[in-house]
Amino acid sequence: MYAALWRLLPGPLWVRVIMAIALVVAVLTVLVLWVFPAVDHLIAPQEVTVGP
Amino acid sequence: MSDPTPIKEAIVPVSGTRRLSWFVVVNIVGELFLTAGALILLFLGWQLWLNDIIVGSSQNDAASALSQQWSDSNSTPSPSASFAASPSIAAPIVLPSKDAPPVIARPAPSAAFANLLVPRLGADYRRTISQGVGLDVLNDSAAGIGHYPASQLPGAVGNFAVAAHRTTYGKSFHDINTLVPGDHLFVETKAGWYRYVYRNSVYVYPTGVDVLKAVPQMPQSSPGDRIMTMTSCNPFFSAAERIVAYSVFDAWFPRSGGVPNELSDLTTSKGK
Repeated sequence: MYAALWRLLPGPLWVRVIMAIALVVAVLTVLVLWVFPAVDHLIAPQEVTVGP
Repeated sequence: MSDPTPIKEAIVPVSGTRRLSWFVVVNIVGELFLTAGALILLFLGWQLWLNDIIVGSSQNDAASALSQQWSDSNSTPSPSASFAASPSIAAPIVLPSKDAPPVIARPAPSAAFANLLVPRLGADYRRTISQGVGLDVLNDSAAGIGHYPASQLPGAVGNFAVAAHRTTYGKSFHDINTLVPGDHLFVETKAGWYRYVYRNSVYVYPTGVDVLKAVPQMPQSSPGDRIMTMTSCNPFFSAAERIVAYSVFDAWFPRSGGVPNELSDLTTSKGK
């Protein structure tokens, strides 16, 4: 899967390395900004209040 | 990852395609598992570290902006009858007012109406208190602390009850187990500063709603004191119990008299 992705990237090695890093950064950004907050609401929330 | 292997396999023509596809499937499944593991570790890092830094600092900023807004709207301090400090002295001694503390109007749902400043929890610890204890308030990047809407407001006789996270989402009440009896907690509103003195903590089950009563844990009693109750979860990362910290109102500083010395000393010693 990742090997195929690596083969898909065009250009010489250093261009591929930069593109791969850019892809990783893009994925992390999407995770932190949208995916993780959404997932956090789905799993058990930290209850801090008292209630019946 | 296993770059040369499929090519070598591809040379074998007969029954090689089946073995090749089998190999590719295992390869992809393995990489998916690795990815899933990495994602879970990343999520934990985000939840327990990165998000606390992001949300915590934005909650501090929101509280600073709110107190700045209040002090700007009161930019000309007029010495009140109970306040006798000369403005020519660099750091005048700010005395509490002898009058009964004012009680602000009941705020709209999820509206920010106060700041909590606790020197014990850090010189720059300030968090906004908003109306309501739903996740819209508690997980908010500006609020941090929620006020039980049915409980009293700061300065009122009875119980001013608030809740905040012990872990995650800025963890406003992470260190409330470190409060020492006698510690000062300041609730800042548009009107000024209400000083509460930390008294004690109790641990209750999540159903222990008596801690929110006007006289905490004594539902039959009629209130005489002004109590502040802080609830959060206990132990850390668990919802099994609640830690409940009680403080008692002690003094009231009108905004016209200036910032209480204990708070202004904190900011000057920090070089702000």
